[in-house]
Amino acid sequence: MYNYTSFDKDFVATRVTQFRDQVRRRIDGSLTEDEFRPLRLMNGLYLLLHAYMLRVAIPYGALNSIQMRALADVADRWDKGYVHFSTRQNVQFHWPKLLDVPDILEALAQVDMHAIQTSGSCIRSITADHFSGASATEIDDPRPTAELVRQWSTDHPEFAFLPRKFKIAVTGGGEDQVVTKFNDIGLKMARNAAGSPGYEVSVGGGLGRTPMIGKQLRGFLPSADLLPYLEAILQVYNQIGRRDNKYKARIKITVHEHGAEEFRRRVEENFRLQVSRFDGADQEALARIEADFLPPVFKQASTQKYAQARDADPFFRSFTKTNLHQHRNQDYAIVTVSLKPIGGTPGDASTEQLRALADIAERWGHDDLRVSHEQNIILPHIHKGDLPDVYEALRSAGLATANAGLISDLIACPGMDYCDLATARSTNVAQGISKRFNELKLEHDIGLIKIKISGCINACGHHHIGHIGILGLEKSGVESYQITLGGDGTEKAAIGKPIGPGFSADEIIPAIERLIFSYLALKLDSGESFIAAYRRLGPAPFKAAIYAKESKTNDP
Amino acid sequence: MATIPTIQIITANDLLSGEVVYLAENGEWTIEHAEAISFETELGASSRLDDVMQLDPSVIGAYLVDVSLGEGNAPKPAHFRETFRTTGPSNRFIGKQAATSINGRELQNV
Repeated sequence: MYNYTSFDKDFVATRVTQFRDQVRRRIDGSLTEDEFRPLRLMNGLYLLLHAYMLRVAIPYGALNSIQMRALADVADRWDKGYVHFSTRQNVQFHWPKLLDVPDILEALAQVDMHAIQTSGSCIRSITADHFSGASATEIDDPRPTAELVRQWSTDHPEFAFLPRKFKIAVTGGGEDQVVTKFNDIGLKMARNAAGSPGYEVSVGGGLGRTPMIGKQLRGFLPSADLLPYLEAILQVYNQIGRRDNKYKARIKITVHEHGAEEFRRRVEENFRLQVSRFDGADQEALARIEADFLPPVFKQASTQKYAQARDADPFFRSFTKTNLHQHRNQDYAIVTVSLKPIGGTPGDASTEQLRALADIAERWGHDDLRVSHEQNIILPHIHKGDLPDVYEALRSAGLATANAGLISDLIACPGMDYCDLATARSTNVAQGISKRFNELKLEHDIGLIKIKISGCINACGHHHIGHIGILGLEKSGVESYQITLGGDGTEKAAIGKPIGPGFSADEIIPAIERLIFSYLALKLDSGESFIAAYRRLGPAPFKAAIYAKESKTNDP
Repeated sequence: MATIPTIQIITANDLLSGEVVYLAENGEWTIEHAEAISFETELGASSRLDDVMQLDPSVIGAYLVDVSLGEGNAPKPAHFRETFRTTGPSNRFIGKQAATSINGRELQNV
């Protein structure tokens, strides 16, 4: 994991001091809210429906145990005893008081954390695959690149006032776990024919009110050209991106309006000017960063306890079937810790749970924790022989829900329960689906499925890329939920299609139930997944089921 | 055709705590929706809102909200968004609905 240098520590500490003074001046009236607002947003402080919200960066989702405990300490001391992990691998405190925020940021700075560029029209916190460095399929570890981009983009003076926010994601080149095709810039680790490292670069992807799949700009960009190329993309966007209309200001609209060809031409032209400005210092920085991301020293030990526990304990066996992924070291496993207990709020974790996760990572997990954009916590390196102990520790903390990838492992933005932009709640729908399918005991028959729920068109809950997407809107003074089908956030990127009129808060769960029952009736014996069945059959049979007049329920 | 007059109240968030507050009859900010002062003309409501936004540094993000009048002429939110603001999140009972006091003041409706 990246180790802060004295420069990094000074930078973050200085920012806390500056923000403390800004808060003081806001409270004594020297700064108006109009003057203060951009300053607080630059430091991750929003005002939501009921309170302030502080969004803290977890660059590429990576945390160690000390940082996880610090989040717990902040939530206990200054918030309400829990945190919310977001769909961009960050963490949110939903109840801080303005005067406490400088103290919170100071406490976080002591463990090398901050809230810089988690809001505002700037380059936001960089995301990367949550299985980075552990995945059996990645081409290269995306974290050093993500860290390099973080350093380049932090406080970059030229890109502090972009037309709109800007999101960059990096995937390791195997299974895309970080939705790169729906980021402003998506980077995919790649190798050319000679085996040299580089990137596939896409631009102009995004969700929100105008969802678009990123367009490939370069099939292969040599590693050393990365920062000049990013600089070129950002300069072109900064120059021609629209500032006259907030809804047309994202780079996806710039690329769309100018066309990918013309956008590429401008970027390539600009890139030729940039290259000479980079003298190799960036590559030296990358080499130093890479040294921080060497794989842990994997232990050599028996995995017999794992096999024995699987035979003896059906609950453990069930957990291992859903919540483990293949590690590059065959004696190890990647563990997904679900933050989706049945009927719970996706992404929420209590401070006791955060401390339990920290203890587990420290004792058995090479002190490595990840936040996934699917609002779960990942223990990337667990020796199989330790899995029974890890499972017991998770169970004691209420963290052993065996549902990773299943229907109750859905993602949802905070919605109108917290957010001032929301047009409807989203967590109520998540909770309803989770409870209902748990009652029906059909989770394993349904298998792999991605349901994603947003409480407004801005799509923080990624509804466009859910196999089933649910968008909460307001219609005639009540909450109304619109279903989309067929979305996919992986390398097979697809935008879900709206299926028809929306449903009320009471009707949406039965509608999803009818949809799922139609899938169970239509799926091939081979264990065809929902998304595969949808691709084979198209929307018609599912639409018919959703809008079937007989809204019978299927009691167990 | 006679139109139903729009009744409005003024709401904001407290600068220091972020808490949802309403402008009361006495010109102070209250945490109780039922104590909010109602304006029966749009002009009255918006001119008072202008004053608040220019003169009152203790709150942020003040805006007008449509209400209906319930028992004892106490205002009730017309929109579900504002109903949530009177209680707190519906998925966790830790907002106003769970508090016995806020900013040192006892809550009536607990």
